[in-house]
Amino acid sequence: MKMNGTFMRGLRVAAVALFVAACAQTRPDNIANSTVAPGTAQDFVVNVGDRVFFTVDSSDLTTEARETLDKQAQWLQQYPKYTVTVEGHADERGTREYNIALGARRATAARDYLISRGVSADRLRTISYGKERPVAVCNDASCWTQNRRAVIVVNNAGS
Amino acid sequence: MHVLFKRWAAMVAAVLGFIALGIQPSNALVEINVAGGNIEPLPIALLVFGGDDAKLSADIVSVITADLKRSGLFRPLDPQSFIQKDMDVNTQPRFGDWRVISAQVLATGSVFRQSDGRLRAEFRLWDVFAGEQMIGQQYFTTPENWRRLAHIIADAIYERLTGEKGYFDTRVVFVSESEPKDKRVKRLAIMDQDGANVRYLTRGDDLVLTPRFSPTSQEVTYMSYAGGNPQVYLLNIKTGQREVVGNFPGMTFAPRFSPDGQKVIMSLQQNGNANIFSMDLRSRRTTRLTNSAAIDTSPSYSPDGRQIVFESDRGGSQKIYVMNADGSNPHRISFGPGSYSTPVWSPRGDLIAFTKQHEGRFMIGVMKPDGSQERILTEGYHNEGPTWSPNGRVIMFFRDTPGANGGPQLWMVDLTGYNERRVETQGFASDPTWSPLLE
Repeated sequence: MKMNGTFMRGLRVAAVALFVAACAQTRPDNIANSTVAPGTAQDFVVNVGDRVFFTVDSSDLTTEARETLDKQAQWLQQYPKYTVTVEGHADERGTREYNIALGARRATAARDYLISRGVSADRLRTISYGKERPVAVCNDASCWTQNRRAVIVVNNAGS
Repeated sequence: MHVLFKRWAAMVAAVLGFIALGIQPSNALVEINVAGGNIEPLPIALLVFGGDDAKLSADIVSVITADLKRSGLFRPLDPQSFIQKDMDVNTQPRFGDWRVISAQVLATGSVFRQSDGRLRAEFRLWDVFAGEQMIGQQYFTTPENWRRLAHIIADAIYERLTGEKGYFDTRVVFVSESEPKDKRVKRLAIMDQDGANVRYLTRGDDLVLTPRFSPTSQEVTYMSYAGGNPQVYLLNIKTGQREVVGNFPGMTFAPRFSPDGQKVIMSLQQNGNANIFSMDLRSRRTTRLTNSAAIDTSPSYSPDGRQIVFESDRGGSQKIYVMNADGSNPHRISFGPGSYSTPVWSPRGDLIAFTKQHEGRFMIGVMKPDGSQERILTEGYHNEGPTWSPNGRVIMFFRDTPGANGGPQLWMVDLTGYNERRVETQGFASDPTWSPLLE
């Protein structure tokens, strides 16, 4: 009977520390208070509307989206101290990597429209979260519709 | 197929010739077109190892047994049925006792703690019908590596009996998901391919996505939103060291290593378009490979490094394309209905795995590199993100479930499409990426 000797190949794996999950950040998405002070970020969310929605697999701006963006552009010109982050999002009915690019496309469409309405490009930054940040979590079209969005986040200027 | 499997297949066919008459095959898998056929698993007897630590011996045999069973190619026999209950690893089995219970092969072994604290394991594999030894091996390792010892023995059995390398002594990096769906916390984690030894690689304070294992080292490339600036990173699993890949004027995502581990290929977002770039990790030189007004993403090299498969919506919807490694000659290879994404070239080079969406269903499938012979291996509400075992026989992916409490879990399926199993993880898990065989 034959017995071959082999030493096990290098077997050490560096220890990796266990970390505690950090708390997820929250944002005031659904403020239902119309008595907010004009010119605040809350004013923008409540009285102007901070988001526009898209149809499936599309980054075309609907008529409704253009109306919202028109109001946003007006507000942003009235309050020039703010910079803005345009977030692009996708619903969960797509693959992760494509949705990251689709979210970027939506953010770009919203940003470009705001620029065309007179908002200075250097006040606008875009980021895509793909399908990673849903606001509605049910399993039907009503939720997916809410998640296919661009959200215009007003950054608090040094005030 | 290995000669022993052939012998077994012939025996099974002879038996089935009698009993299959008049039996209608089950309809459950009717959508799945199986190229390899449903292989009748090979009966194998795994006798509990001898040695000076009964629990350790039993644990090792149980890990080997689970590996072989999960592959779908082996049917470990119930130890209760064994006639020869224990035997010294250095003696010849009573083959007749094993033939009676229909074992085709028998594995025996022993594990001893040496005076220096290390383990010495011996293991033999026997062809019961030929009455011959097929493998005789001796291994030395430290006690904490006992699971790897078991996986290495399982790989030796797999390789000897199938003629192909195994995939049990491997790890999987994945995204571990916790917290509710609208506040998900995602962390990179690593585990053995059977789900054991989970360790976290990132803390969860930054969104991390799409880890991809290096085919040559203990590194992953992945996308992180650290600092609010989504970019492709490299992470050394051993040292924990991480770095940004390249200095691109925009978001980079969908990274993957070249087969030699020297390059990372990825998408760069420029306004509404995503194009594919490669970066040489030594020279830091970046090369643009596509230049289209479209979303070009999910690039994956062929194992010879000469071609790249990727997805693009340049024709209107997501389809799969192949181009040369320098970006020349891009041509579409997927022509079926629906959209195709996340193509991944098999390490064997013979197939490309993908995610397909059609009529509200998400499927994992494979096709040849010329786009022919498309086969769907699994389908349902949401399946996504295939990754290949290093021997190109098994695909791991994630399956999501709908609704507020739904979430992704890891699954694996072999190329027959029949042997589909969940990979157990604590909590939700997505984006698996399979390591090469460990060194």
